[in-house]
Amino acid sequence: MAFELTTERLAILEELLPKYPTKRALTLPLLHLCQEQAGHITSDVVTYVAKKLELSTADVQGVVTFYTLYQQKKVGRNVIWVCRTLSCELTGARGITHALEKKLGCHVGETTADGEFTLFQAECLAACGQGPMMQLNDEYFENLTPEKLDAILDAARRNKDASCAVTFSPIGLRTRKQG
Amino acid sequence: MPVENPRILTKNYDTPNAWTIEAYERAGGYQSLRKAVELGPEKIREEVKAANLRGRGGAGFAAGVKWSFLKVTPGKPNYIAVNADEGEPGTFKDRTLMEKDPHRCVEGFIISAYALDVHTVFVFVRGELVLAIKRLEQAVREARAKGYLGDTVLGRPFKLDIVVHAGGGAYICGEETSLLNALEGLRGEPRLKPPFPAVIGAFGAPTIVNNLETLATVPTIVDLGGDAFSRLSRLHHLRDGGVRLYGVSGHVNRPGVYEAPVGITLRELIEDFGGGVRGGRKLKAVIPGGSSTPVLREEDIVNAPDEKHPLHAWHGKSHLDVPMGVDTMRALGTMLGTCCAIVMDDTTSMVRVAENLMLFYAHESCGQCTPCREGCAWMARLCRKFADGTATKVDLDTLGDVANNIMGNTICALGDGAAMPMLGILKLFRNEFEAAVGKPVPRIGEGAAS
Repeated sequence: MAFELTTERLAILEELLPKYPTKRALTLPLLHLCQEQAGHITSDVVTYVAKKLELSTADVQGVVTFYTLYQQKKVGRNVIWVCRTLSCELTGARGITHALEKKLGCHVGETTADGEFTLFQAECLAACGQGPMMQLNDEYFENLTPEKLDAILDAARRNKDASCAVTFSPIGLRTRKQG
Repeated sequence: MPVENPRILTKNYDTPNAWTIEAYERAGGYQSLRKAVELGPEKIREEVKAANLRGRGGAGFAAGVKWSFLKVTPGKPNYIAVNADEGEPGTFKDRTLMEKDPHRCVEGFIISAYALDVHTVFVFVRGELVLAIKRLEQAVREARAKGYLGDTVLGRPFKLDIVVHAGGGAYICGEETSLLNALEGLRGEPRLKPPFPAVIGAFGAPTIVNNLETLATVPTIVDLGGDAFSRLSRLHHLRDGGVRLYGVSGHVNRPGVYEAPVGITLRELIEDFGGGVRGGRKLKAVIPGGSSTPVLREEDIVNAPDEKHPLHAWHGKSHLDVPMGVDTMRALGTMLGTCCAIVMDDTTSMVRVAENLMLFYAHESCGQCTPCREGCAWMARLCRKFADGTATKVDLDTLGDVANNIMGNTICALGDGAAMPMLGILKLFRNEFEAAVGKPVPRIGEGAAS
């Protein structure tokens, strides 16, 4: 079925459009909005964004494949980005990554069999003073030890309202809520 | 004598709910804007010039001078694009400003826009930084409701909008022209310069691209006056003014973001702020300002007997005792970068450090220029060979050759930013690579003291 943004999200797009001199400038924001709704960037989403912004699907696809935040495959209900870059590696990121792989039963780049978690490695998340760290959906967890992981993963499993796409979108509905 | 720790940029960091407009105004917020509109655009620009404010994003270009390049055509739009795409490994200062004191950022954007007669400010924030984006958007909404921007600025006929734009996740978008392409909805591939953004920038219009901390400093400059701000620095005489945020991470006791005058030394950053090397170990190396800046060692001594040498004042001192300024660090053969140091103790294998860093650049090269696209991945593969113990002696020469063939041969500075730290490590720690021929190197955290 063809992809359509919900009225609520369409309203965000309408609000943003006049702020930019071109429609094309909305490519990144609109992709974030669509991903919040669809969970990942499907070919239907690409077609929708291209049509909405009067671009070719090749233009949009080119953007999708360039950036790391746009998921081209279905991801878990929660997405973990564990930092592997130098400050974090110096403070134990390797141990955290291995502990995550063991606890989740999947490798970096994979999704758990129950679809609850996808584990990615991140290239520096600007929290170098609090390493080792990871981002789970939109939240940072810093100064990690392998022992701290169980509670974090359990809380994420229990939080059934959260789906990564919704919690993570940097411009979506949740981000725009007051507070 | 302990190092000075002024609380100017970080004044509100410990205030509860500092990110709300109520808390910010209670602490004297938006008073600089009131003063600024009284001063008028030309006077603000003069103060920023007198402040010797060097860009806080890494290149260290004088902000006041950059502002003077903006090519204004009456009736045509100009933009400010704020670079908040903080992504350089080791760098984590702008995030604290956005999360803890977003109104300081917004006030800085408004004053800068007013000074440059710009009516739209685009704030390009890393998409990963959800909290920072949320806080900035809330700050813009609150400031608009209070009449600090919108159809008027403090009742004056000056239309201003600030648009927070979330990136898609790519280190390269911290490069100014790549940022502009991303803002325009394109792949974040850097553009050839010239034309510089101040002439042809976002959407074909003249654009000033400034780092977020640079602009968040502007309210203080208006408040204190440019010259007084500049004199807060220990390097005022080198036209490197004011206070700035420093970061220290890695093997130190108290990693974090700290505020200090421009020109403190790496030793002060590591010892006084960072609390010294973890576990009382010996310092092996320090990356002074983000992963692209070549490493320094304590045991290296400044050799500048010539009085005309920029480092003559520190002749005979350790590299760690040279003040951290844009020009002093360049004279040392490294760069000041973002002033966020990564500290490594004597258990750390520099082969493993190089492997970690080169994997980053291999992942983040945008792929546009062959030397960088192929070279970064090649350097990463070679470093991995040394780490695994499968490298040969020839690989060591190849590693240097590849790095040297990236330098200066690419559109943007990412390639140089990968080659420089690689060459820096090879220069100071070549022996570790030689020793790694045919012998695996312990991973970081698993090695013995060397």
